[in-house]
Amino acid sequence: MYALFAPPAVDAVALEERAASFAKRSIKKATKVAGLKLAIAMMDLTTLEGKDTAGKVRQLCQKAMRPLDSDPSIGPCAAICVYPNHVATAKEALAGSTVKVASVATAFPSGQSPLDIKLDDVRRAVDFGADEIDMVIDRGAMLIGDYAKVYDEIAATKEACGAAHLKVILETGELGSYDMIRKASEIGIAAGGDFIKTSTGKIQPAATPPVTLLMLETIRDHYYATGRRIGMKPAGGVRTSKQALHYLVLLKETLGDAWLTPDLFRFGASALLNDVLMQLEKERTGNYQAGDDFSKD
Amino acid sequence: MTITKSDSSDTSRLERPSNKPTAALDFGMAWDYAPAPEAPDHVRIDPKYGLFIGGRWVTPRSGKFFPTISPSTEQVLAEVAEANAQDVDDAVKAAREAYDKYWSKMRGADRAKYIFRIARAIQEKARELAIVESMNGGKPIKESRDVDVPLAAAHFFYHAGWADKLDYAFQGRRYRSLGVAGQIIPWNFPLLMAAWKLAPALACGNTVVLKPAETTPLTALLLAKIIEEAELPPGVVNIVTGAGETGFALVNHPDVNKIAFTGSTGVGKKIQRAIAGTTKRLTLELGGKAANVVFADAPIDQAVDGIVNGIYFNQGHVCCAGSRLLVEESVHDVIVRKLRDRMATLRLGDPLDKNTDVGAINSKAQLARIQELVAAGEAEGCERYSAPCQLPEKGFWFAPTFFTGASMSSRVAREEIFGPVLTIMTFRTPDEAVEKANNTMYGLSAGVWTDKGAKIFYMATKLKAGVIWGNTFNKFDPTSPFGGYKESGFGREGGRQGLSAYVEVE
Repeated sequence: MYALFAPPAVDAVALEERAASFAKRSIKKATKVAGLKLAIAMMDLTTLEGKDTAGKVRQLCQKAMRPLDSDPSIGPCAAICVYPNHVATAKEALAGSTVKVASVATAFPSGQSPLDIKLDDVRRAVDFGADEIDMVIDRGAMLIGDYAKVYDEIAATKEACGAAHLKVILETGELGSYDMIRKASEIGIAAGGDFIKTSTGKIQPAATPPVTLLMLETIRDHYYATGRRIGMKPAGGVRTSKQALHYLVLLKETLGDAWLTPDLFRFGASALLNDVLMQLEKERTGNYQAGDDFSKD
Repeated sequence: MTITKSDSSDTSRLERPSNKPTAALDFGMAWDYAPAPEAPDHVRIDPKYGLFIGGRWVTPRSGKFFPTISPSTEQVLAEVAEANAQDVDDAVKAAREAYDKYWSKMRGADRAKYIFRIARAIQEKARELAIVESMNGGKPIKESRDVDVPLAAAHFFYHAGWADKLDYAFQGRRYRSLGVAGQIIPWNFPLLMAAWKLAPALACGNTVVLKPAETTPLTALLLAKIIEEAELPPGVVNIVTGAGETGFALVNHPDVNKIAFTGSTGVGKKIQRAIAGTTKRLTLELGGKAANVVFADAPIDQAVDGIVNGIYFNQGHVCCAGSRLLVEESVHDVIVRKLRDRMATLRLGDPLDKNTDVGAINSKAQLARIQELVAAGEAEGCERYSAPCQLPEKGFWFAPTFFTGASMSSRVAREEIFGPVLTIMTFRTPDEAVEKANNTMYGLSAGVWTDKGAKIFYMATKLKAGVIWGNTFNKFDPTSPFGGYKESGFGREGGRQGLSAYVEVE
């Protein structure tokens, strides 16, 4: 079965060159405003810290539902991304809104726990009300070539998710090469992931344009072969509006119009939202507002 | 998804999307980009340009001027002087005087100062040069801004560095500059080709009469202004505009020591005949029909990007364009499919729009030539695919196109189209790829795509082409010699090898 995981070769130089070329697109005026609003709708607003509390999570939920006090037409974000312990709080705070609750699970971020504990982590997060599960793959198994273990764990996690959507975090910053990232992407998709996601945000480098392009190309090949649309989530490292717009260009020109939706593309970010809001306000008023004009939740 | 066990010797995937295409991608109008044109306001184009001879702008003795237009709008941009044989004679005399009086006597380090000055001035005026290049030639601003102009500056920088180090360029042998060089350049990279020609000639101590192409003289004339401002001694660089007759007046001038020509193979042959029996030295950089060879073990997605860059870069007006795509038969379908999707994202239109990928065809005559060959391809039964672009009403345009089902004998597989038209053929083994790649009268460039380093080296030893790219295409650098085999010409430009075209080595 593992022939599947001998994917086409990746040329690093050419991949990086192509990824950089998207940043040359000039995105101005109405296109910029539409792109930034789309980016907000695609955002998984994230807090994944040891010091997270119910209060912090509730504030973030408020921000996700209504990112800009002065303009209710902006937002909401796609989801809130939290640890399992905060899923119930988030679910309650978001009641009645369209914002989903995503929970990291499977011994996030390292994944270095026995499988039954990881699966239990998933089931509990789902029981708490998580709509989406962001799992981590076993990078150690990946790097020693035990692809079966990686595959089986993802498949088991998918089963444990039930109706919840599964995002498979590859932690590309730990995989060492584009070839390995391509391989992990194929395994993530084949084993049942609804989304593939670059990073936990705890390891550098996190999402980069070439890695995202490579994962989108894997999604494209899967779509060509099966007609099934897999989603993509670059996470960590996307901090500015300009970067976000270039990711959208990359997405649009790799997978086409059908993927320009929060159902198939998400930004995992915490710092990005306020920069996008600042740019939107600048487009609306012609001036940059002060940082403190935007709530820091 | 079916998962099956693979034969470990099979390097390709078992899951082969190519063999069962089901779903199609939709590259439509969702989140379409707003126009982002580069503003030409600050660019100054004179209504009329004379000839640049002996450091001065002079009216042509011919008394004639011709209009130069923008191929994307058909608007006249300026009137340009048409140099006749007398004007060319004036220019050659000025160059000879400058050679005898200043340039041949000057120390290399001092020549270098002037050449560095030109390089820096090109960088300072990069934006203006890029805009004018795109207006006059039709190429996208993205390309003139990021390729043509920076590379032109790079060629002057590189050769300025050689000017005082020529003692080390020819393995200790003595060398002498040639005298007056007559240089005739094409319309596809007007400023860059001027830089390719001028920089090594000047570095080696020659003086120059340069004739830009008749459809794209403007950036060469802006370069003349830069050279004027750089205060080169009068007559070291002379720029005469005009068409073929002007060129032949230069070729046939008895006091020219060297002719360097870049352009079509047909004209190159005429030049070679014209100077036969004279002592003139000659370098020719002519046409091409490059093979871009894609093996099944290639990085497929990057190869598709490389194919697009190889043939649609600069509307295919590239002598080293990868116009013959040779793909291993097992990946033919997947490559064609990916190519179609990639081409759907190419944006054709206003060359000054920063989001334009494919600009205008350089001239009406070139468009007619492309149309004629494409019609021949269809008549020969090749299957044509053209990207779904809306062509503007004014100007000269041709949508990126490829042919499948072509054979080696098809005209579209043999003749240089010099437009955005790719001919796709298949092969089965590396040796068959070599045979097909070399089965052409040209030999300028080739590309090889494979994940196996050894295969790249094997192919590189077998392919008869002056430039061979491995897992990339259309990469240029002043340090790397460029030139052809067979009817693609002789002589090299760039690198240490390129210098020897401008000196007599004793």
